[in-house]
Amino acid sequence: MKKIYIREEYCIGCRLCEIYCQVKHSKSKKIIKAFKEELVDIIPRVLVEEIGYNSFAIQCRHCADAPCVDACISGAMKKNKNTGVVTCDEDKCIGCWSCIMVCPYGVIRRNVSDKKIVSKCDLCEDEDIPVCVKNCPNEALIFKEIDEKIQVTR
Amino acid sequence: MALKLNQSEFEIERDPEKCISCQVCVRQCSNDVHDFDSDNDTIFSDDSSCVGCHRCESLCPTGALRIKERETQFKTNYNWSAGHLQNIYRQADAGGVMLTAMGSDKPYPIYWDHILFNASQVTNPSIDPLREPMEIKTFIGKKSDRLEFETNNASGKNSFKLKSKLSPQLELSTPIIFSAMSYGSISFNACKSLARASQEFGTYYNTGEGGLHKDLYKYAGNTIVQVASGRFGVDIDYLKKGAAIEIKIGQGAKPGIGGHLPGEKVTKDISNTRMIPEGTDAISPAPHHDIYSIEDLSQLIYALKEATEWTKPVGVKVSAVHNIAPIASGIVRAGADFVSIDGLRGGTGAAPQVIRDNIGIPIELAIASVDERLREEGIRHRASILAAGSIRSSSDIIKAIALGADAVYIGTAALIAMGCHLCQKCYTGKCNWGIATQDPYLTKRLNPDIGTRRLLNLLRAWSLEVKEILGGTGINAIESLRGNREHLRGIDLSDRELSILGIKHAGEAW
Repeated sequence: MKKIYIREEYCIGCRLCEIYCQVKHSKSKKIIKAFKEELVDIIPRVLVEEIGYNSFAIQCRHCADAPCVDACISGAMKKNKNTGVVTCDEDKCIGCWSCIMVCPYGVIRRNVSDKKIVSKCDLCEDEDIPVCVKNCPNEALIFKEIDEKIQVTR
Repeated sequence: MALKLNQSEFEIERDPEKCISCQVCVRQCSNDVHDFDSDNDTIFSDDSSCVGCHRCESLCPTGALRIKERETQFKTNYNWSAGHLQNIYRQADAGGVMLTAMGSDKPYPIYWDHILFNASQVTNPSIDPLREPMEIKTFIGKKSDRLEFETNNASGKNSFKLKSKLSPQLELSTPIIFSAMSYGSISFNACKSLARASQEFGTYYNTGEGGLHKDLYKYAGNTIVQVASGRFGVDIDYLKKGAAIEIKIGQGAKPGIGGHLPGEKVTKDISNTRMIPEGTDAISPAPHHDIYSIEDLSQLIYALKEATEWTKPVGVKVSAVHNIAPIASGIVRAGADFVSIDGLRGGTGAAPQVIRDNIGIPIELAIASVDERLREEGIRHRASILAAGSIRSSSDIIKAIALGADAVYIGTAALIAMGCHLCQKCYTGKCNWGIATQDPYLTKRLNPDIGTRRLLNLLRAWSLEVKEILGGTGINAIESLRGNREHLRGIDLSDRELSILGIKHAGEAW
């Protein structure tokens, strides 16, 4: 499957990936309206981690053996057999945070604004390229096929 | 602290309707212009620190920012311009030499913009370069006085073999080379982009006086190594890695002036590459202390040729000064295989403003007078001429070649292709575009994959345009254009200027 590949040596810490992720997952999908009127409801599903000049944007790795799917008690977290994308069915999620506990990358976040549900990267399934990749000004995120074996031997 | 009398050069306009306080501008500015106030979720911008690099404006996702040149608030005075006042205030504050960077921005005549190019009509057919072959391959190096052949009649058929030994040449797929920019004055990622683009396109880049980083050895076949007055990074491996060697005497932006890379930029990597201790200032003396005459220069040229076993061309770079024609003649007679001439508007990473803006002559006049002099003396074939100092477009290239250059050097244009916005603050080491800096926060902003791609695109675009212009004139090889001043006409130029350029005025036919 195609995954988001991180090149931390070129991440400039501008956080445009986070901003465009928030817009993508807003109601209006319009940047100014989303930030001025809807911001309370949206948190970015990609996170920029920074220590000194090292930074990188990380989002759900869509693991081959996704532990969050095993840990989910309500069956909300699912890995699509065809696409490999791990998504959380927000109607089923009950906000027990089990997935957050087991996620080895710490990329699942609590979204407590509305209903207690988790918020995670859905790889922008309706887009050709995820918006974080598309809007990275320095191509520090790349969307490409990654060998699943690398994931399994984690 | 006493009052500073300077006015801000730029004005930052932030549209509150559009600003979403995402703080991209805050995170991107190395001059700390933008400041986020979390109490009321607003961003305050301090105009006085803005250098006008347009990084924030380019990255703002909502287009909320406009960086405008501030209209001067000084009383209009045609003698005491705002620039004079600002400089005096600054110098009265600090008591030092005014530093600046990039090429001169003063309104000296730009002769490129006063030269028009010819095209075919009726009497000779123009050529469509998309359908017919068009040769822009260029060779740099000494050409033979004459060629001798051996005739072989043994098998009954006449066959010829070249008897003369040819001098080493640089083969350029397009008459464009990337100018000398050292690792130190620009970031490693910028050097790497230049090196990779040269290799992929089949042209060359120049190391400047920065030595050659080991990671760039793989691009050695496309590297011109420079030997300058400080001799930084020069050893036998360095010389052998180069496809050609260039002795740097002067630079267009600062003729007669040496270089100074401040110690804080001499990181571990740079200290290894330049072969100097970490953190020490890298000072290039103004003259080469072993070159006080053409004879001394000749010694160095032949020493370098000997050291590299006569396998590569050795050239000399000088800035265009008043006596450039006899100087170039001396350089050719000293044995140089190419002469690089850097004009008045040539760029730099740091130079005293008074030098940059007042010393030297425009490259257009220098090319014309050097080409003319070398032809008169019958030694034009003994060296190639590389023209540098503000080549801004493919038409500048065409005009430079028609005036007599063999190829051009592009430095500023290459940096602009990689993102440079000509803010002229290279010497601060705070380049927001990750080019003229060694700060690890900033250097990663230039992804060499993107840099290489953009440089390749520029080379490709300009090469296509050069072919288009050539085709329009009915010329199918750039060789036929070299020194072909009949194809040029001056416009709005005096008789004196026309005679120096060696061209007719527009409207004058054969």
